Amino acid sequence: MQVYEAPLRDMRFVLDELWVDDGFGDLPALAEFDADLTSAILEEAARFSREVLLPLNRTGDEEGCVLENGVVRTPAGFKDAYKQFTESGWAALAADPQWGGQGLPERVNKLVEEMTCSTNLSFGLYPGLTHGGALALEAHGSEDLKQRYLPKMTSGEWSGTMCLTESHCGTDLGLLRTKAVPQEDGSYKISGAKIFISAGDHDLTENIIHLVLARLPDAPKGVKGISLFLVPKFLPNDDGSVGPSNGVQCTALEHKMGLKASATCQMQFEDSTGWIVGEPNAGLAAMFTMMNAERLSVGVQGLGVGEAAYQSAVWYAKDRLQGRALSGPKYPDKAADPIIVHPDVRRMLMTMRAYNEGCRMLGGWVSRALDAERLSEEPEARQRAEDFVALMTPIVKALFTDLGHETAHLAVQVYGGHGYIRESGVEQYARDARIAMIYEGTNGIQALDLVGRKLGANNGRFLRSFFHPVSAFIEANKGDGPMKPMIDGLEKAFGALQLSTATIAQRGLSDPEEAGAAASDYLRLFGLVAMGYCFARATLLSGMKIAFGAEDKAFYEDKIKTATFYFERILPQVSALFLQIKAGKKSMMALTEDAF
Amino acid sequence: MKILVPVKRVIDYNLKPRVKADGTGVDLANVKMSMNPFDEIAVEEALRLKEKGAATEVVAVSIGPAKAQETLRTALAMGADRAILVETDAEVEPLAVAKILQAIVAEEAPGMVVMGKQAIDDDSNQTGQMLAALLGWGQGTFASKVDVTGDSVAVTREVDAGLETVSLKLPAIVTTDLRLNEPRYASLPNIMKAKSKPLAVKKPEDLGVDIAPRLKVLKVSEPPVRKAGVMVGSVDELVAKLKEMGAVA
Repeated sequence: MQVYEAPLRDMRFVLDELWVDDGFGDLPALAEFDADLTSAILEEAARFSREVLLPLNRTGDEEGCVLENGVVRTPAGFKDAYKQFTESGWAALAADPQWGGQGLPERVNKLVEEMTCSTNLSFGLYPGLTHGGALALEAHGSEDLKQRYLPKMTSGEWSGTMCLTESHCGTDLGLLRTKAVPQEDGSYKISGAKIFISAGDHDLTENIIHLVLARLPDAPKGVKGISLFLVPKFLPNDDGSVGPSNGVQCTALEHKMGLKASATCQMQFEDSTGWIVGEPNAGLAAMFTMMNAERLSVGVQGLGVGEAAYQSAVWYAKDRLQGRALSGPKYPDKAADPIIVHPDVRRMLMTMRAYNEGCRMLGGWVSRALDAERLSEEPEARQRAEDFVALMTPIVKALFTDLGHETAHLAVQVYGGHGYIRESGVEQYARDARIAMIYEGTNGIQALDLVGRKLGANNGRFLRSFFHPVSAFIEANKGDGPMKPMIDGLEKAFGALQLSTATIAQRGLSDPEEAGAAASDYLRLFGLVAMGYCFARATLLSGMKIAFGAEDKAFYEDKIKTATFYFERILPQVSALFLQIKAGKKSMMALTEDAF
Repeated sequence: MKILVPVKRVIDYNLKPRVKADGTGVDLANVKMSMNPFDEIAVEEALRLKEKGAATEVVAVSIGPAKAQETLRTALAMGADRAILVETDAEVEPLAVAKILQAIVAEEAPGMVVMGKQAIDDDSNQTGQMLAALLGWGQGTFASKVDVTGDSVAVTREVDAGLETVSLKLPAIVTTDLRLNEPRYASLPNIMKAKSKPLAVKKPEDLGVDIAPRLKVLKVSEPPVRKAGVMVGSVDELVAKLKEMGAVA
């Protein structure tokens, strides 16, 4: 059964306690967002997700979207829920107040996003893409375009899409063919076909604003000849009302493995009027403003589904009576013991829990950096925060979605046969979570981004934004004491990360394929060490809270138990990954292509 | 017209309460607390009356520990204009609550007090009635519909026999039942605004009210576990069993 209560206590731990000394300095601009206010926001978001979004998750999956007479209809209840969502101001959460947003810090926004993803991933895509589109427009659009489109996109009255992929090009956008022909009035006529367009068409909003990558007639070949255009479904009138249709059509809905309540469309643009966003032939860079923000949000999708899957698995493990504990009956008055008594079920539940808590802590750190790169008053701290976000973006995206997917599959396993049956609801998590490893740049691409673009950037300056705080933490907490096993474990894993980094840097110089062969393992290793650092910090802090007589001692004790499980049963994977990286590309590339 | 809405901070309705090991009460340590659901309905009704133009100001009042400010902020986030906390850590019984509210009414002079018919923690269902008696006002309890016209209010009440409509001269007390309305979700802008809305803190002593308990709790215990039933094969067998138990003659 799909059950969900927002993990508010753990969220408060990440938001208010764990990262107070994050090294990015004070952000006076955020002073008004004190614990009372953020607590009220998170509680209301929790309520809204549980009461409005969760009940539509399974029904949306069963019903799916339908294309009728050229218009897409979302599943029953989605339109009402979207209306409530936007009217309550949740769509405008993190947007700039200049355009009607609420200007909430990312550290709060990402937690609210997690709740939306936990309760209804398909639903979350509609406002999520709009927000990404608005960011790109805000960064690169002309003043006129901003005035015309941003207020309605911010409020959620109009939604947004990003139209990149074409049937023959996904990862390699240099191949794309959609055309843009300049008109005398400064606008462009856009023609072409796009596929896999999330929220390409639907009935939630009166207008849909597409951000479309296309080529100008004289554009150079490849990625340097791509420009970005804003193309509305309906051309707006000067008074802001919706005007004539603009030749934008959804020609088909994709038939997908999961995420069925999200309309994934094939789109046709026929002489549709568009306006350029940013400079000609600089569209990819403009689009990446949106992609980077989206990648972090996609990471949060992995965590969100993982949390929902974990809670649903816990519910079942306590409810399902089957067999007896190996050490003798634990519930002799019942027909059998609940399966949560079994070590192997515990292994699965603890793994899921550790992944979720680890990702939430790491995500909390990165979202603080997102705030700091914008709002810190010290230029040096802003730079460090920016470096850190750049470094961690591919890690958050790939690690969180890999682990979210693993967690969803573990939930199915906890349910056994009932997990494979649709009615239990957990197989939906496994199907829904799968896409997050693919879209916004596959996880393989994320790994290449990490080793290819981020490692060596600015003579390793990006790396230092992570390495320095971790080594300082290890130095400060070394020595005999209750933290010793954990600090030793972290030091060893961190050593493996440093050695792997050096190995890749060295081999990659002479042979880029070596870096490519190591990339995915390296990203996982990096992520595991980063989560290890988070768990070690959490343990130190929890120990202090207990020593100072904290009111909710049990929370901190459980945190230490989960951290200990992480260090004993998950972090050791670092050793294997290190060996894999050290082995290099040879065996990976040894077979001839014909042998496959 | 001003509407006063008393709200109580209670254990969250989603939780299963646990009795303290020593049997002195319900264990509330580290338990999620929320606004009493019937009071949420009362806040919603007051806001709707204001939106309809029947009221001009909605004042939320709570009696309880400092943490009850959170409950008042919830009412403010829903749209109440200001709030009053009568702060006390002592256990307050319905009579004491009614007396405190009487004192607040004397200060605020509202045209109506709209409140939950009962709180889900102790299910007393007494405060509204006691307050009406203390003030000498009319009362419309268990409301499923509230209609204000001029200086009177028509309250449709949910009673055992069905629905009963009473007309009360204002000022009056209305206590809300479950079907009166569906409370709104607080909007994000309103949550942010709630922070800067006025919230006054008073003490029972300031109001000259004696809140000393009149009741003595002897013991609090979990309800007995339901025993397994018996499957019967036919109607005749069922009737025979019922006769055997003395349930039917």
